[in-house]
Amino acid sequence: MSEHLQNTLTSMQSRHDVQVEEFRGEFTLFIKPENIQKILLELRDQYDFNVCMDVTAVDYYPQETPRFHVIYQLYSMPNNIRLQVRTRLDGNSPKLDSVQHIYSSANWKEREVYDLFGIRFTGHPDLRRMVMPEDWVGHPLRKDYPLGYEEVQFSFNYDEIMINKPHPKD
Amino acid sequence: MVDIREVSVDELRHLVSDRAMTGETMLLNMGPQHPSTHGVLRLLLELDGEAVVNVIPDIGFLHTGVEKTAESKNYQQAEVMTDRLDYLNPMGNNLTYCLAVEKLTELDVPPRAQAIRVILAEIQRISSHLLWLGTSALDLGAMSMFLYCMRERELALDIFELVSGQRMMTTYIRPGGLWRDVPVEFETAVRNFLKAMPRRIQEYEDLLEKNEIFLDRTKGIGILTAEDCFQYGLTGPVIRGSGVAHDLRKKQPYSGYDLYNFDVPVHPEGDVYARYRVRVEELTQSLRIIEQALNKIPFGPVRSNNRKYVPPPRSEIGVSMEALIHHFKLWTEGFTPPAGHVYAATESPRGELGVYMESNGTAKPYRVHLVTPTFSNLQAVPIMSKKHYLADLIGIVGSIDIVLGDADR
Repeated sequence: MSEHLQNTLTSMQSRHDVQVEEFRGEFTLFIKPENIQKILLELRDQYDFNVCMDVTAVDYYPQETPRFHVIYQLYSMPNNIRLQVRTRLDGNSPKLDSVQHIYSSANWKEREVYDLFGIRFTGHPDLRRMVMPEDWVGHPLRKDYPLGYEEVQFSFNYDEIMINKPHPKD
Repeated sequence: MVDIREVSVDELRHLVSDRAMTGETMLLNMGPQHPSTHGVLRLLLELDGEAVVNVIPDIGFLHTGVEKTAESKNYQQAEVMTDRLDYLNPMGNNLTYCLAVEKLTELDVPPRAQAIRVILAEIQRISSHLLWLGTSALDLGAMSMFLYCMRERELALDIFELVSGQRMMTTYIRPGGLWRDVPVEFETAVRNFLKAMPRRIQEYEDLLEKNEIFLDRTKGIGILTAEDCFQYGLTGPVIRGSGVAHDLRKKQPYSGYDLYNFDVPVHPEGDVYARYRVRVEELTQSLRIIEQALNKIPFGPVRSNNRKYVPPPRSEIGVSMEALIHHFKLWTEGFTPPAGHVYAATESPRGELGVYMESNGTAKPYRVHLVTPTFSNLQAVPIMSKKHYLADLIGIVGSIDIVLGDADR
């Protein structure tokens, strides 16, 4: 572990309520969801984590109770180190403060997370669906969203299947 | 029939200026089927005459739900889908995916496999850059470039066909090594490629650098500062064209890139021309890497010996009971990495390609997330194209080398 990362982690641990995890040489900082803006701003301005490579989420339904983890992959260009920031988020109308004013790259990534997981980012200026059609119902990457398949239509059952076909609007 | 929902301009109010609502500026759709958008990218433009006031990119037309599908496949099966993401960089996608799996399972890769991986990834980079050079020069009016570049790209695709049987969707790089060793003709084919390319690259440069129209349409257009690049998470030739020597092959070497000597081309101007120069110089650097790797390619196995993750060779199955069991288990159930999560990143022709992979200890990945360079780079189109003319927008979109399969996933 590089010295800079060590310093960052120890000072984060002493000043905030965070946990540090390590797996395969990668470090993860678990933080509380209400501190997300404060901590990311601090990481960017004081610890040189100047690039946010990715924002994504993982759904642990049904085995864990705070259902979602929102993950930020930060990268420090001058020090060439990566740090993952994770926060646990409850599944009941999940909301998190947007960080797009801290990292502009988070703008589309947050839209994507909203689209695929249904996590709303408060303070986001343009929270529309990113990749799914805008009238789509449901959030596909949630674990309770079925994978789905389509029955093959032949000439003899074409109309029947067409009538029963689930459509996102229904 | 499903009724079609109409989108009114009111829903996009927060994105366009007030002048658009009074009709002073014009809102115009470019794409999704516009030839210069290189796929199915829709750009909603707000135009003041010919000048671009704002660009609102709209992606998702190629969304195929790869991340959702991967959760229902085992690790070997999910790899096949990575070819189809960035269809100009299948080798690089396979490599990134395999690096993530190898990091998760702590698999070792034999040196021969690593050297072949590097050679193929660099040939892929050349073929991707050639297609970019051809199409974006075509957008800017240099039509003959397209034909020359496609001609040379065939040489690269022939090498892929030689090693994997496929020109594009190769799935040749597998967790723990390669599908199988390269055929004996491989070395000659790569040497011929290495011999042919330098003169051809010189030809491209001669064709474009003395082309007044090309120079006028690229120099000083779509300027990005290094600070913009950090803010928007831009990587690859875009950030190197803005004067930042950021290349993961140098900074976080993977697959033995630290064994080879090469330079990272950097141009400080930050315009379309700088990005063009970076890519053309990268062609030469990639040739250097291929030549070094080919000269000292070691002999030995091309797959890891760890039978819990890598299937045994065919010859062993007939004589060893364990090999038969491993073979059966690997091709029915798949392998089960320990629970945990990793992030592996490589330098794709377009920038940082990352795979975030999470395992819960079963044979199927719990979550695979692909951090793709086009997705990040497209975000910067609005800031690059403001105050430019509509015609310059074509060059700007071309200069970030978009592949919509990569952005939409």
